[in-house]
Amino acid sequence: MLELRSATKRYPGQEEAAVDGLSLTVPAGEICVLVGPSGCGKTTAMRMVNRMIEITEGDILLDGRSVRDRAPAGLRREIGYAIQQIGLFPHLTVAANVAVVPRLLGWDRDRIDARIRELLELVSLDEGTGERYPAQLSGGQRQRVGVARALAADPPLMLMDEPFGAIDPINRERLQNEFLRLQADIRKTIVFVTHDIDEAIKMGDRIAVLRRGGKLAQYASPAELLMYPADEFVEDFVGADRALKRLALQRVRDIDLWTAATVRSGEPVGEARRKVAEADIDIPLIVDDHGRPQGWLSERGLAGERVRPELRSRAEPLVELDDVLRDALADLIESEVHYSPVVDSDGRLAGVLSLEVISQSLHVPPERARTGTELVDPAPDDAAAAEVERA
Amino acid sequence: MSSALLPLAQLEIRRRRGGTCESEDGFCPDWIVDNLERYVSPLLEHIVLTVVSVGIGFAIAFALALLAHRREWISAPLSALTSVLFTIPSIAAFLLLVPFTGLGPLTAIIALVGYTQVFLFRNIVNGLSNVAEETKDAARGMGLTERQLLWRVELPLAVPEILAGLRIASVTTVNLATLAFFAGAGGLGAQIYTDITFRSNVVVAGGLAILLAAIFDLLILGGQRLATPWRRAAAA
Repeated sequence: MLELRSATKRYPGQEEAAVDGLSLTVPAGEICVLVGPSGCGKTTAMRMVNRMIEITEGDILLDGRSVRDRAPAGLRREIGYAIQQIGLFPHLTVAANVAVVPRLLGWDRDRIDARIRELLELVSLDEGTGERYPAQLSGGQRQRVGVARALAADPPLMLMDEPFGAIDPINRERLQNEFLRLQADIRKTIVFVTHDIDEAIKMGDRIAVLRRGGKLAQYASPAELLMYPADEFVEDFVGADRALKRLALQRVRDIDLWTAATVRSGEPVGEARRKVAEADIDIPLIVDDHGRPQGWLSERGLAGERVRPELRSRAEPLVELDDVLRDALADLIESEVHYSPVVDSDGRLAGVLSLEVISQSLHVPPERARTGTELVDPAPDDAAAAEVERA
Repeated sequence: MSSALLPLAQLEIRRRRGGTCESEDGFCPDWIVDNLERYVSPLLEHIVLTVVSVGIGFAIAFALALLAHRREWISAPLSALTSVLFTIPSIAAFLLLVPFTGLGPLTAIIALVGYTQVFLFRNIVNGLSNVAEETKDAARGMGLTERQLLWRVELPLAVPEILAGLRIASVTTVNLATLAFFAGAGGLGAQIYTDITFRSNVVVAGGLAILLAAIFDLLILGGQRLATPWRRAAAA
């Protein structure tokens, strides 16, 4: 666990502090994103943790122990460090780059070799990559090596300063997703610096928004930050589309879907009509024997004694329970429909998603809000705490 | 002073007989083949002068460059000083030092060491300061001490520039050492001067000096290629 207690950095001769009384706690295994406009002190704050920058007031505790009591070099070897420019050593092979900290720690050769193989695989690089020099790699590969190098000695804490900042948008998205998958396994405590609020929302279990002068404006989960920005500055910073951004934090399974009547071809119409009366939507869905939706039944299908498979439209688009709400909404808009069936991973009907349901989900606190990787536990308590703070 | 300084009375290194190639100061392959052993000891003297001067020069430049790397402010004045040293005409330097250090290799080596500094000191300093900031930041952030940073990261990365400086310094020293006989240090220059009108002599002694410079250059270049495989990888 990492704890900053009124950590402050003042440079001599400067009136305003670079980081001003920053207090926050990062629970073990979570990603804390420091985000804010340029000059807000987010990088300075991160660098105070491994004493690349010395605090002038306050304290920083790593597992209860002040970093000030530690020799900088020893402290840094226990903390993973990845920066935007990566800073791979051009004169060392990829394997030797990854091995830097294990060598400093005096690991024996076999252990280091095994660790290099393990790490290259972890960050999806071929084993042959180990023999190559940084100049022979693409930007994305270098970034992966940078992450592998930071992870080399299996440090419990990692500092990452815009680690995906220099990568083109498509590869950045991929690296972010890869990293989140990785993090789900390795569960490091991570301090992650970015200026990009979207990246912060995507990567963070908790987000610390800093304002100029190095003051903490708000420290909250992504959902809470979007729903209850602490003040105008945070509201501006998260953007006018913060409601839409919240859609990226929720999955279809997280919200209350409409129910629809499911009928099968040949079933008695009376039975079907009874089911329709109980459902949220008055058009029944015709499903196959496995419960997979086939299409919306037309009025003519209910004209006889038994249901006939007369469709008014096909069951499209099909939304999945695991889809992010933002993508599901995009599907609805693209197909020019107001609602569509939702299916589970087996393709069976799970409910109906409608524009109305989505808009309702933006009104009520998302009690089971998650990040894209489901790293954040439901945090109704945090939301309540934010309410108290606002009051 | 001049009588002591000028071993300039040309020695007859050949018997002059009328009508021969030698007597006409020509280029005489036969004479060269017969007299090659005359050039062995001047060549060895020249090699020693060069290697010792560049070696000592490198040690001094390396120490000063590390100092300048730690304390930025001494870098500029030291650099200026090396330039000033280099502007002193070499013959003047040799002659000016003789009253203090006497005739002999020591005097020549002192002057030659001085001339190497402009290449060695500057290239080492530049090599160290050209190491990318992010590389150093990553190294410190991973827990390298300043000493480990220097020896494991900065110096290896400065190797191409350091060896480039060493190449120029060696070639220049081979060249300047041809005047070391003014300080009474012998070398190929002395051999040239013993019979400066005889084309065969000048060609052989001068040719050996050129060859020596080329060999030093190639040796260091080869060493650089071996020492920096990562640069070739970058180019590929």
